[in-house]
Amino acid sequence: MTPPAAREEIPITADEDVVRVRQAVRSYAQKAKLSLVDQTKLVTATSELARNTLTYGGGGTAVVEFLTEGRRSGVRASFQDDGPGIPDVDLALTDGWTSGRGMGLGLSGARRLVDEFTLDTGAGQGTTVTVVKWSR
Amino acid sequence: MTTGPEPTDNLAALLRAGTGALTRRWIELAAAPLRGRLTVAELERELTELFRALVAAVESGSRDLQSEPYAEVRALLSDMSRHRARSGFTPTETAVGVFTLKQALFELVDRAEIEGDLREVLAFSLLLDALGLLTFETYAKAREEVIDEQAEQLLELTTPVVKVWEGVLAVPLVGTLDSARTQVVMEKLLESLVGSGAEHAIIDITGVLAVDTQVAQHLLKTVMAARLMGAECTISGIRPHIAQTIVGLGIEFGDITTKATLADALRHALTRSGVTISSGRG
Ligand SMILES: Nc1ncnc2c1ncn2[C@@H]1O[C@H](COP(=O)(O)OP(=O)(O)O)[C@@H](O)[C@H]1O
Ligand SMILES: [Mg+2]
Repeated sequence: MTPPAAREEIPITADEDVVRVRQAVRSYAQKAKLSLVDQTKLVTATSELARNTLTYGGGGTAVVEFLTEGRRSGVRASFQDDGPGIPDVDLALTDGWTSGRGMGLGLSGARRLVDEFTLDTGAGQGTTVTVVKWSR
Repeated sequence: MTTGPEPTDNLAALLRAGTGALTRRWIELAAAPLRGRLTVAELERELTELFRALVAAVESGSRDLQSEPYAEVRALLSDMSRHRARSGFTPTETAVGVFTLKQALFELVDRAEIEGDLREVLAFSLLLDALGLLTFETYAKAREEVIDEQAEQLLELTTPVVKVWEGVLAVPLVGTLDSARTQVVMEKLLESLVGSGAEHAIIDITGVLAVDTQVAQHLLKTVMAARLMGAECTISGIRPHIAQTIVGLGIEFGDITTKATLADALRHALTRSGVTISSGRG
Protein backbone atom coordinates (compact mmCIF):
# COMPACT_ATOMS: atom_id res chain seq x y z
CA MET A 1 0.00 0.00 0.00
CA THR A 2 2.63 2.54 1.00
CA PRO A 3 4.46 3.81 -2.05
CA PRO A 4 8.21 3.29 -2.04
CA ALA A 5 10.25 6.00 -0.40
CA ALA A 6 11.65 8.06 -3.21
CA ARG A 7 14.31 10.68 -3.18
CA GLU A 8 16.49 12.24 -5.81
CA GLU A 9 19.55 14.37 -5.52
CA ILE A 10 20.41 16.79 -8.29
CA PRO A 11 23.60 18.82 -8.33
CA ILE A 12 23.08 22.41 -9.46
CA THR A 13 26.09 23.75 -11.26
CA ALA A 14 24.76 25.01 -14.58
CA ASP A 15 21.69 26.38 -16.30
CA GLU A 16 20.52 23.04 -17.57
CA ASP A 17 20.48 21.70 -14.01
CA VAL A 18 17.66 24.13 -13.24
CA VAL A 19 15.70 22.52 -16.08
CA ARG A 20 16.54 19.11 -14.63
CA VAL A 21 15.25 20.15 -11.21
CA ARG A 22 12.01 21.37 -12.75
CA GLN A 23 11.53 18.10 -14.60
CA ALA A 24 12.20 16.01 -11.50
CA VAL A 25 9.88 18.12 -9.34
CA ARG A 26 7.14 17.86 -11.93
CA SER A 27 7.31 14.09 -12.06
CA TYR A 28 7.29 13.85 -8.25
CA ALA A 29 4.35 16.25 -8.13
CA GLN A 30 2.45 14.08 -10.58
CA LYS A 31 3.25 11.02 -8.53
CA ALA A 32 1.97 12.82 -5.44
CA LYS A 33 -1.23 13.54 -7.37
CA LEU A 34 -1.00 17.29 -7.06
CA SER A 35 -3.51 19.20 -9.17
CA LEU A 36 -2.21 20.88 -12.30
CA VAL A 37 -2.28 24.27 -10.59
CA ASP A 38 -0.36 22.95 -7.60
CA GLN A 39 2.13 21.15 -9.83
CA THR A 40 2.77 24.36 -11.70
CA LYS A 41 3.08 26.37 -8.49
CA LEU A 42 5.58 23.93 -7.04
CA VAL A 43 7.59 23.61 -10.25
CA THR A 44 7.74 27.37 -10.56
CA ALA A 45 8.74 27.87 -6.91
CA THR A 46 11.54 25.31 -7.21
CA SER A 47 12.67 26.87 -10.47
CA GLU A 48 13.15 30.13 -8.55
CA LEU A 49 15.02 28.45 -5.72
CA ALA A 50 17.24 26.38 -7.99
CA ARG A 51 18.14 29.49 -9.92
CA ASN A 52 19.00 31.34 -6.71
CA THR A 53 21.20 28.42 -5.66
CA LEU A 54 23.03 28.75 -8.95
CA THR A 55 23.16 32.54 -9.21
CA TYR A 56 23.69 33.62 -5.62
CA GLY A 57 24.84 30.43 -3.90
CA GLY A 58 27.43 29.66 -6.54
CA GLY A 59 25.87 26.25 -7.13
CA GLY A 60 24.73 23.55 -4.73
CA THR A 61 22.42 20.59 -4.46
CA ALA A 62 18.71 20.00 -4.79
CA VAL A 63 17.00 17.12 -3.03
CA VAL A 64 13.52 16.16 -4.16
CA GLU A 65 11.49 13.78 -2.02
CA PHE A 66 8.15 12.09 -2.16
CA LEU A 67 6.18 12.35 1.10
CA THR A 68 3.18 10.59 2.57
CA GLU A 69 1.34 11.50 5.72
CA GLY A 70 -1.85 9.65 6.44
CA ARG A 71 -3.90 9.85 3.28
CA ARG A 72 -2.22 12.80 1.72
CA SER A 73 0.95 12.81 -0.29
CA GLY A 74 3.31 15.58 -1.12
CA VAL A 75 6.66 16.66 -2.38
CA ARG A 76 9.53 18.22 -0.48
CA ALA A 77 12.30 19.98 -2.32
CA SER A 78 15.32 21.47 -0.63
CA PHE A 79 18.10 23.58 -2.03
CA GLN A 80 21.41 23.77 -0.29
CA ASP A 81 24.48 25.80 -1.09
CA ASP A 82 27.67 26.87 0.65
CA GLY A 83 27.58 30.34 -0.82
CA PRO A 84 27.70 33.68 1.01
CA GLY A 85 24.33 33.20 2.73
CA ILE A 86 21.68 35.88 3.16
CA PRO A 87 22.59 38.51 5.78
CA ASP A 88 19.16 40.13 5.97
CA VAL A 89 16.38 37.61 5.50
CA ASP A 90 13.51 40.09 5.84
CA LEU A 91 15.00 42.23 3.13
CA ALA A 92 15.58 39.25 0.83
CA LEU A 93 11.95 38.24 1.34
CA THR A 94 10.68 41.67 0.42
CA ASP A 95 8.78 41.71 -2.86
CA GLY A 96 10.83 43.39 -5.51
CA TRP A 97 14.11 43.47 -3.64
CA THR A 98 17.10 42.07 -5.49
CA SER A 99 20.81 42.35 -4.91
CA GLY A 100 21.33 41.40 -8.53
CA ARG A 101 19.34 42.14 -11.64
CA GLY A 102 16.32 39.92 -11.08
CA MET A 103 12.72 40.86 -10.35
CA GLY A 104 13.21 40.24 -6.64
CA LEU A 105 10.16 38.00 -6.54
CA GLY A 106 11.80 34.58 -6.43
CA LEU A 107 12.08 34.00 -2.69
CA SER A 108 8.95 35.85 -1.63
CA GLY A 109 6.97 34.44 -4.55
CA ALA A 110 8.14 30.89 -3.92
CA ARG A 111 7.01 31.21 -0.31
CA ARG A 112 3.51 32.17 -1.45
CA LEU A 113 3.32 29.29 -3.91
CA VAL A 114 3.97 26.45 -1.43
CA ASP A 115 2.45 25.04 1.77
CA GLU A 116 5.60 25.01 3.87
CA PHE A 117 8.67 27.18 3.50
CA THR A 118 11.79 27.19 5.62
CA LEU A 119 14.85 29.31 5.07
CA ASP A 120 18.02 28.53 6.93
CA THR A 121 20.75 31.03 6.21
CA GLY A 122 22.98 33.74 7.57
CA ALA A 123 26.00 35.73 6.45
CA GLY A 124 28.81 33.30 5.72
CA GLN A 125 26.71 30.22 6.45
CA GLY A 126 25.45 29.15 3.09
CA THR A 127 21.75 28.83 2.41
CA THR A 128 19.22 26.04 2.64
CA VAL A 129 15.66 26.57 1.50
CA THR A 130 13.09 23.82 1.90
CA VAL A 131 9.60 23.83 0.48
CA VAL A 132 6.73 21.35 0.72
CA LYS A 133 3.52 21.09 -1.21
CA TRP A 134 0.75 18.65 -0.31
CA SER A 135 -2.01 17.11 -2.33
CA ARG A 136 -5.44 18.20 -1.20
CA MET B 1 26.12 -7.07 -2.65
CA THR B 2 27.80 -7.85 0.65
CA THR B 3 29.24 -11.32 0.65
CA GLY B 4 30.09 -11.87 4.27
CA PRO B 5 30.39 -9.99 7.50
CA GLU B 6 33.99 -10.90 8.34
CA PRO B 7 36.51 -8.69 6.62
CA THR B 8 39.04 -10.57 4.56
CA ASP B 9 42.12 -9.03 3.15
CA ASN B 10 42.97 -12.12 1.14
CA LEU B 11 41.30 -10.74 -1.93
CA ALA B 12 43.17 -7.47 -1.64
CA ALA B 13 46.43 -9.38 -1.26
CA LEU B 14 45.61 -11.46 -4.28
CA LEU B 15 44.79 -8.42 -6.39
CA ARG B 16 47.84 -6.58 -5.23
CA ALA B 17 50.13 -9.50 -6.03
CA GLY B 18 48.57 -9.88 -9.46
CA THR B 19 48.42 -6.16 -10.27
CA GLY B 20 50.88 -6.24 -13.16
CA ALA B 21 49.55 -9.30 -14.94
CA LEU B 22 45.93 -8.43 -14.23
CA THR B 23 45.92 -4.86 -15.47
CA ARG B 24 47.94 -5.80 -18.54
CA ARG B 25 45.48 -8.50 -19.55
CA TRP B 26 42.51 -6.34 -18.55
CA ILE B 27 43.60 -3.45 -20.77
CA GLU B 28 44.21 -5.88 -23.62
CA LEU B 29 40.73 -7.40 -23.33
CA ALA B 30 38.99 -4.07 -22.82
CA ALA B 31 40.76 -2.46 -25.76
CA ALA B 32 39.65 -5.05 -28.30
CA PRO B 33 35.96 -4.09 -28.66
CA LEU B 34 36.75 -0.38 -28.67
CA ARG B 35 38.70 -0.79 -31.91
CA GLY B 36 40.87 2.22 -31.53
CA ARG B 37 38.11 4.71 -30.79
CA LEU B 38 39.88 5.30 -27.52
CA THR B 39 43.66 5.35 -27.48
CA VAL B 40 45.34 2.56 -25.56
CA ALA B 41 47.17 5.15 -23.51
CA GLU B 42 43.85 6.68 -22.46
CA LEU B 43 42.38 3.32 -21.63
CA GLU B 44 45.48 2.36 -19.73
CA ARG B 45 45.32 5.50 -17.63
CA GLU B 46 41.62 4.97 -16.88
CA LEU B 47 41.84 1.32 -15.99
CA THR B 48 45.05 1.60 -13.99
CA GLU B 49 43.47 4.30 -11.89
CA LEU B 50 40.27 2.33 -11.47
CA PHE B 51 42.22 -0.76 -10.47
CA ARG B 52 44.21 1.16 -7.89
CA ALA B 53 41.03 2.60 -6.38
CA LEU B 54 39.39 -0.80 -6.45
CA VAL B 55 42.23 -2.52 -4.60
CA ALA B 56 42.27 0.26 -2.01
CA ALA B 57 38.52 -0.20 -1.48
CA VAL B 58 38.74 -3.98 -1.27
CA GLU B 59 41.48 -3.56 1.31
CA SER B 60 39.00 -1.90 3.65
CA GLY B 61 37.35 -5.29 4.02
CA SER B 62 34.03 -4.08 2.61
CA ARG B 63 32.53 -5.72 -0.45
CA ASP B 64 29.60 -3.35 -0.63
CA LEU B 65 29.86 -1.00 -3.58
CA GLN B 66 27.54 1.48 -1.85
CA SER B 67 29.79 1.75 1.21
CA GLU B 68 32.09 4.67 1.95
CA PRO B 69 35.42 2.99 0.96
CA TYR B 70 34.07 2.63 -2.58
CA ALA B 71 33.30 6.30 -3.09
CA GLU B 72 36.30 6.82 -5.36
CA VAL B 73 35.57 3.69 -7.37
CA ARG B 74 32.00 4.86 -7.92
CA ALA B 75 33.16 8.31 -8.95
CA LEU B 76 35.77 7.01 -11.38
CA LEU B 77 33.35 4.55 -12.89
CA SER B 78 30.64 7.15 -13.26
CA ASP B 79 33.02 9.49 -15.01
CA MET B 80 34.12 6.72 -17.31
CA SER B 81 30.58 5.69 -18.21
CA ARG B 82 29.43 9.25 -18.71
CA HIS B 83 32.36 9.92 -20.96
CA ARG B 84 31.63 6.77 -22.99
CA ALA B 85 27.96 7.65 -23.30
CA ARG B 86 28.79 11.12 -24.51
CA SER B 87 31.30 9.80 -27.02
CA GLY B 88 28.70 7.54 -28.57
CA PHE B 89 29.81 4.14 -27.26
CA THR B 90 27.10 1.52 -26.83
CA PRO B 91 26.12 0.31 -23.34
CA THR B 92 27.82 -3.03 -24.03
CA GLU B 93 31.02 -1.40 -25.13
CA THR B 94 30.89 0.60 -21.94
CA ALA B 95 30.20 -2.27 -19.55
CA VAL B 96 32.83 -4.40 -21.21
CA GLY B 97 35.38 -2.19 -19.49
CA VAL B 98 34.31 -3.70 -16.18
CA PHE B 99 33.47 -7.23 -17.11
CA THR B 100 36.78 -7.84 -18.84
CA LEU B 101 38.50 -7.51 -15.47
CA LYS B 102 36.54 -10.53 -14.37
CA GLN B 103 37.67 -12.42 -17.41
CA ALA B 104 41.28 -11.40 -16.83
CA LEU B 105 41.14 -12.64 -13.25
CA PHE B 106 39.51 -15.94 -14.18
CA GLU B 107 42.07 -16.56 -16.88
CA LEU B 108 45.00 -15.91 -14.63
CA VAL B 109 43.62 -17.99 -11.78
CA ASP B 110 42.83 -20.74 -14.23
CA ARG B 111 46.37 -20.77 -15.52
CA ALA B 112 47.54 -20.66 -11.92
CA GLU B 113 49.51 -17.51 -12.65
CA ILE B 114 48.07 -16.08 -9.52
CA GLU B 115 46.85 -17.90 -6.46
CA GLY B 116 43.26 -17.39 -5.47
CA ASP B 117 40.80 -19.54 -3.64
CA LEU B 118 37.32 -19.90 -5.02
CA ARG B 119 35.66 -17.87 -2.31
CA GLU B 120 37.77 -14.81 -3.00
CA VAL B 121 37.27 -15.06 -6.71
CA LEU B 122 33.51 -15.40 -6.28
CA ALA B 123 33.34 -12.44 -3.93
CA PHE B 124 35.23 -10.36 -6.42
CA SER B 125 33.03 -11.55 -9.24
CA LEU B 126 29.91 -10.40 -7.38
CA LEU B 127 31.50 -7.05 -6.73
CA LEU B 128 32.31 -6.63 -10.42
CA ASP B 129 28.70 -7.45 -11.29
CA ALA B 130 27.63 -4.58 -9.07
CA LEU B 131 30.18 -2.35 -10.76
CA GLY B 132 28.82 -3.40 -14.14
CA LEU B 133 25.31 -2.44 -13.11
CA LEU B 134 26.47 0.93 -11.90
CA THR B 135 28.09 1.44 -15.29
CA PHE B 136 24.80 0.75 -17.02
CA GLU B 137 22.91 3.11 -14.74
CA THR B 138 25.29 5.97 -15.22
CA TYR B 139 25.43 5.31 -18.92
CA ALA B 140 21.64 5.44 -19.22
CA LYS B 141 21.48 8.68 -17.26
CA ALA B 142 24.15 10.29 -19.37
CA ARG B 143 22.39 9.24 -22.59
CA GLU B 144 19.19 10.80 -21.31
CA GLU B 145 21.04 14.01 -20.68
CA VAL B 146 22.43 13.99 -24.18
CA ILE B 147 18.96 13.44 -25.61
CA ASP B 148 17.49 16.26 -23.51
CA GLU B 149 20.18 18.60 -24.68
CA GLN B 150 19.66 17.68 -28.28
CA ALA B 151 15.92 18.17 -27.93
CA GLU B 152 16.51 21.60 -26.52
CA GLN B 153 18.94 22.56 -29.21
CA LEU B 154 16.46 21.41 -31.80
CA LEU B 155 13.75 23.52 -30.25
CA GLU B 156 16.00 26.49 -30.30
CA LEU B 157 16.66 26.04 -33.97
CA THR B 158 13.05 25.45 -34.85
CA THR B 159 11.37 28.21 -32.87
CA PRO B 160 9.67 30.01 -35.70
CA VAL B 161 8.73 33.62 -35.94
CA VAL B 162 5.86 33.57 -38.39
CA LYS B 163 4.04 36.31 -40.20
CA VAL B 164 0.41 35.52 -39.44
CA TRP B 165 -0.97 38.56 -41.22
CA GLU B 166 0.30 41.60 -43.02
CA GLY B 167 2.09 43.54 -40.28
CA VAL B 168 1.56 40.91 -37.59
CA LEU B 169 4.25 38.50 -36.39
CA ALA B 170 3.69 35.63 -33.99
CA VAL B 171 6.07 33.48 -32.05
CA PRO B 172 4.91 30.41 -30.17
CA LEU B 173 6.97 29.50 -27.14
CA VAL B 174 7.06 25.80 -26.31
CA GLY B 175 8.25 23.57 -23.52
CA THR B 176 10.55 24.38 -20.67
CA LEU B 177 11.83 27.86 -21.05
CA ASP B 178 15.26 28.29 -19.66
CA SER B 179 16.84 31.68 -19.81
CA ALA B 180 19.15 30.95 -22.72
CA ARG B 181 16.36 29.82 -24.99
CA THR B 182 13.91 32.52 -24.06
CA GLN B 183 16.60 35.04 -24.81
CA VAL B 184 17.28 33.52 -28.22
CA VAL B 185 13.61 33.53 -29.13
CA MET B 186 13.09 37.07 -27.96
CA GLU B 187 16.09 38.32 -29.87
CA LYS B 188 14.85 36.58 -32.96
CA LEU B 189 11.47 38.23 -32.59
CA LEU B 190 12.98 41.69 -32.25
CA GLU B 191 15.17 41.09 -35.31
CA SER B 192 12.16 39.95 -37.29
CA LEU B 193 10.27 43.07 -36.27
CA VAL B 194 13.04 45.19 -37.73
CA GLY B 195 13.26 43.05 -40.84
CA SER B 196 9.57 43.01 -41.60
CA GLY B 197 8.50 46.39 -40.32
CA ALA B 198 5.56 44.69 -38.61
CA GLU B 199 3.76 46.76 -36.01
CA HIS B 200 2.28 43.93 -34.02
CA ALA B 201 3.82 40.91 -32.42
CA ILE B 202 2.06 38.11 -30.62
CA ILE B 203 3.97 35.98 -28.14
CA ASP B 204 1.97 32.84 -27.60
CA ILE B 205 2.81 30.86 -24.48
CA THR B 206 0.16 28.13 -24.75
CA GLY B 207 2.91 25.50 -24.98
CA VAL B 208 4.90 26.76 -22.01
CA LEU B 209 5.01 24.54 -18.94
CA ALA B 210 5.86 27.19 -16.37
CA VAL B 211 6.57 30.89 -16.26
CA ASP B 212 9.03 31.84 -13.56
CA THR B 213 10.36 35.32 -12.82
CA GLN B 214 13.21 34.90 -15.25
CA VAL B 215 10.97 34.00 -18.16
CA ALA B 216 8.58 36.79 -17.17
CA GLN B 217 11.45 39.23 -17.10
CA HIS B 218 12.48 38.21 -20.60
CA LEU B 219 8.91 38.62 -21.79
CA LEU B 220 8.57 42.06 -20.20
CA LYS B 221 11.89 43.25 -21.58
CA THR B 222 10.96 42.08 -25.05
CA VAL B 223 7.64 43.88 -24.94
CA MET B 224 9.41 47.07 -23.81
CA ALA B 225 12.05 46.76 -26.51
CA ALA B 226 9.38 46.14 -29.14
CA ARG B 227 7.57 49.28 -28.00
CA LEU B 228 10.70 51.31 -28.41
CA MET B 229 10.79 50.02 -31.95
CA GLY B 230 7.23 51.16 -32.50
CA ALA B 231 5.62 47.73 -32.31
CA GLU B 232 2.92 46.56 -29.95
CA CYS B 233 3.16 43.11 -28.32
CA THR B 234 0.37 40.92 -27.10
CA ILE B 235 0.93 37.88 -24.92
CA SER B 236 -1.52 35.10 -25.60
CA GLY B 237 -2.21 31.62 -24.34
CA ILE B 238 -1.77 32.20 -20.62
CA ARG B 239 -3.61 29.15 -19.33
CA PRO B 240 -5.43 29.26 -15.97
CA HIS B 241 -2.81 27.36 -13.94
CA ILE B 242 -0.04 29.52 -15.36
CA ALA B 243 -2.04 32.68 -14.66
CA GLN B 244 -2.59 31.66 -11.03
CA THR B 245 1.09 30.92 -10.60
CA ILE B 246 2.12 34.25 -12.11
CA VAL B 247 -0.22 36.02 -9.70
CA GLY B 248 1.15 33.95 -6.81
CA LEU B 249 4.68 34.97 -7.65
CA GLY B 250 3.58 38.60 -7.61
CA ILE B 251 4.46 39.38 -11.21
CA GLU B 252 2.54 42.24 -12.77
CA PHE B 253 2.26 42.55 -16.51
CA GLY B 254 1.17 46.19 -16.15
CA ASP B 255 -0.42 47.61 -19.25
CA ILE B 256 0.67 44.77 -21.49
CA THR B 257 -2.22 43.33 -23.44
CA THR B 258 -2.86 39.67 -22.73
CA LYS B 259 -5.34 37.47 -24.55
CA ALA B 260 -6.62 33.98 -23.84
CA THR B 261 -5.84 32.55 -27.26
CA LEU B 262 -3.71 33.25 -30.27
CA ALA B 263 -6.87 33.86 -32.28
CA ASP B 264 -8.06 36.49 -29.81
CA ALA B 265 -4.66 38.15 -29.97
CA LEU B 266 -4.74 38.19 -33.75
CA ARG B 267 -8.23 39.67 -33.76
CA HIS B 268 -7.02 42.34 -31.36
CA ALA B 269 -3.99 43.15 -33.51
CA LEU B 270 -6.07 43.38 -36.66
CA THR B 271 -8.69 45.58 -35.05
CA ARG B 272 -5.95 47.90 -33.92
CA SER B 273 -4.61 48.10 -37.45
CA GLY B 274 -8.08 48.99 -38.70
CA VAL B 275 -8.98 45.70 -40.31
CA THR B 276 -12.62 44.79 -39.84
CA ILE B 277 -13.31 41.18 -39.01
CA SER B 278 -16.69 39.62 -39.34
CA SER B 279 -17.40 37.15 -36.58
CA GLY B 280 -17.36 33.50 -37.59
CA ARG B 281 -20.30 32.88 -35.30
CA GLY B 282 -22.63 35.15 -37.27
N1 LIG C 1 20.95 30.97 -2.24
C1 LIG C 1 21.17 32.27 -2.01
N2 LIG C 1 22.39 32.66 -1.53
C2 LIG C 1 22.63 33.98 -1.29
N3 LIG C 1 21.74 34.96 -1.49
C3 LIG C 1 20.52 34.63 -1.95
C4 LIG C 1 20.18 33.28 -2.22
N4 LIG C 1 18.90 33.25 -2.66
C5 LIG C 1 18.48 34.53 -2.65
N5 LIG C 1 19.44 35.37 -2.21
C6 LIG C 1 19.33 36.83 -2.06
O1 LIG C 1 17.97 37.17 -1.98
C7 LIG C 1 17.66 38.14 -2.96
C8 LIG C 1 16.23 37.96 -3.43
O2 LIG C 1 16.09 36.73 -4.16
P1 LIG C 1 14.90 36.60 -5.17
O3 LIG C 1 13.64 36.95 -4.46
O4 LIG C 1 14.95 35.25 -5.79
O5 LIG C 1 15.16 37.71 -6.23
P2 LIG C 1 16.20 37.78 -7.46
O6 LIG C 1 16.63 36.40 -7.78
O7 LIG C 1 15.40 38.39 -8.54
O8 LIG C 1 17.32 38.64 -7.02
C9 LIG C 1 18.68 37.94 -4.04
O9 LIG C 1 18.84 39.10 -4.83
C10 LIG C 1 19.91 37.58 -3.24
O10 LIG C 1 20.53 38.73 -2.73
MG1 LIG D 1 15.69 34.65 -7.72
